[in-house]
Amino acid sequence: MTAHESSQGPAEVAVPRSAERNGLLAVFLRQPFTWLIALVGLAFAILPVWGDNVQLRESLLLAAVYMTLASNLNIVLGYAGYVNFGNIVFFGLGGYVCVYLVSEWQWPLGAAALTAGISVSLLALIFGLGILRLRGAFFALATIGVNEAVKAFVANFEPWGGAAGIYLSLDVYEPLGGPGEALWIVYFLIVAVMTASLFLSYAIKSSKFGLGLLAIGENEDAAAVLGVHTPRYKALAYSVSAFLPAIVGGLYFFKTGIIEPGGAFDLTRSIEAIVMVMLGGIGSVTGAAVGAFLYEELRGILLTTEAFSHFQLVIAGLLLLSIVLFAPGGLMGFVYRRWPRARRLLQ
Amino acid sequence: MTALLEVTAINKRFGGVHAVHNLSLTVADGEILGLIGPNGAGKSTVFNVINGVYPPDQGRVVFKGQDITGEAPYRIARRGVARAHQIVQPLASMTVLENCTVGACFGQANLPLGRARDVVQEAAEIVGLTDRLDHLAGQLTTAGKKRLELARALSARPELLLLDEVLAGLNPTEIERMIVVIRRIRDRGIAILMIEHVMRAIMSLSDRVVVLNLGSKLAEGTPQSVTRNPDVITAYLGEAEPTAASEGI
Repeated sequence: MTAHESSQGPAEVAVPRSAERNGLLAVFLRQPFTWLIALVGLAFAILPVWGDNVQLRESLLLAAVYMTLASNLNIVLGYAGYVNFGNIVFFGLGGYVCVYLVSEWQWPLGAAALTAGISVSLLALIFGLGILRLRGAFFALATIGVNEAVKAFVANFEPWGGAAGIYLSLDVYEPLGGPGEALWIVYFLIVAVMTASLFLSYAIKSSKFGLGLLAIGENEDAAAVLGVHTPRYKALAYSVSAFLPAIVGGLYFFKTGIIEPGGAFDLTRSIEAIVMVMLGGIGSVTGAAVGAFLYEELRGILLTTEAFSHFQLVIAGLLLLSIVLFAPGGLMGFVYRRWPRARRLLQ
Repeated sequence: MTALLEVTAINKRFGGVHAVHNLSLTVADGEILGLIGPNGAGKSTVFNVINGVYPPDQGRVVFKGQDITGEAPYRIARRGVARAHQIVQPLASMTVLENCTVGACFGQANLPLGRARDVVQEAAEIVGLTDRLDHLAGQLTTAGKKRLELARALSARPELLLLDEVLAGLNPTEIERMIVVIRRIRDRGIAILMIEHVMRAIMSLSDRVVVLNLGSKLAEGTPQSVTRNPDVITAYLGEAEPTAASEGI
């Protein structure tokens, strides 16, 4: 009963009262958006299998990687309002930890990727407690500093191959049934991580934690006066947003078989992730995912078109500029304005 | 009555400006204490020191018998102090409901998300915002935003409310309604420390009044005694014929 009454608001945060009776999970499962996310994950998993379409798989794999990066960036950027320019550091570090564990210590992929996620997340918590004292442009600059410092460190860290990086031998793919099979398995794992990212974004947005982050994003001083433990919440958000990107970085670089500092800590990718979130609609779960997907597909088209292949970043820049100037709410901002009811269905 | 809040000899300087000078005051359980004074007297700074936005240079702030001097605002909020700002601070692109839910979930009430709704509903009823729960906070009128400040603070279920000029910018009808609202809040046992320029409100609401001038306490007492104090009249209006001055306040 109250579930419907309390759901009239345009921006739905409050969980219906029935949450307490039936448990949060049950409420979560009753939301259409939960099923929409599951459906997206399923579509990603099934489409390339149909007809053994390797080309489609590779394209969707990149899209899933970016959807993971954008969704997690959105937790810090969209919810808490902090521009993390160095978000790619999680991806790169996760890649290094995972590839190193697989290559040098012969760990199984799953354990290595999970360890990458946990260790990078813990590291982010420590970094976060330090740099999240800064605000605005200073925070953004500090995140670039973190990325560049980690990149410089890794480039001189001999156990990780220094500037040359780490090459995986083909033997590491044997436990997964050979390189051909491994590509499929890694693809499914990346799709699973992408789906988990969307669930995480949604779960945070509909939780008390998310409400605190949104309050910080709106007005940090007011949030603190209202009782939001701002330093703890920001550091937690930063740390949580590192977990799945680190795992996806591990899987991605396991798949490519090589990792080196330039490719792992590529600031361009960080900026592209920001463009994706802005394009789709900052703070929106759907927005980050759709923005990442569209951007990735657009880039695919541009890269394969003779006339544009060198201008892909120019176009990304122009895109960011025009979004900031003309459509600060991004695609979902437009959709929410046009169809206010969509705000509930497409979080 | 026991003291809920005890502020002892606090000092706060900003560069060369001595914003608050050796100020002491107490708020008893269930009391309304008015804090008045000319512009720039340091009233809002006192609030900022009490709720932890600025630590004082010297002095102590004790709430419910515990020293909270220099604690972060979010800790003090959790202890039971809520504040309505003079310059409204709405979480603009969130709804009124969500704004108040933040108060209920993170203030002293510290409710889980699923149980905030009733508390918010009640707070909205007290200030008269029930019909606007789904409106975006940024789109409310000035009076609406003032009410939101109050509703959000109330949603925290505080024991002490700091009201910083909640009547400023309201028209006479709205002021009348707000005075009723504030009295209703006090009747629920919530102590109130209020900064106000609208003398009619201070006179009718306050149990006691503290007058601040240039950061120091100029006078303290019942509203009637304070407004007859010649020092207070001088501080507000400068040297003047006493008879004309008392008319002016």
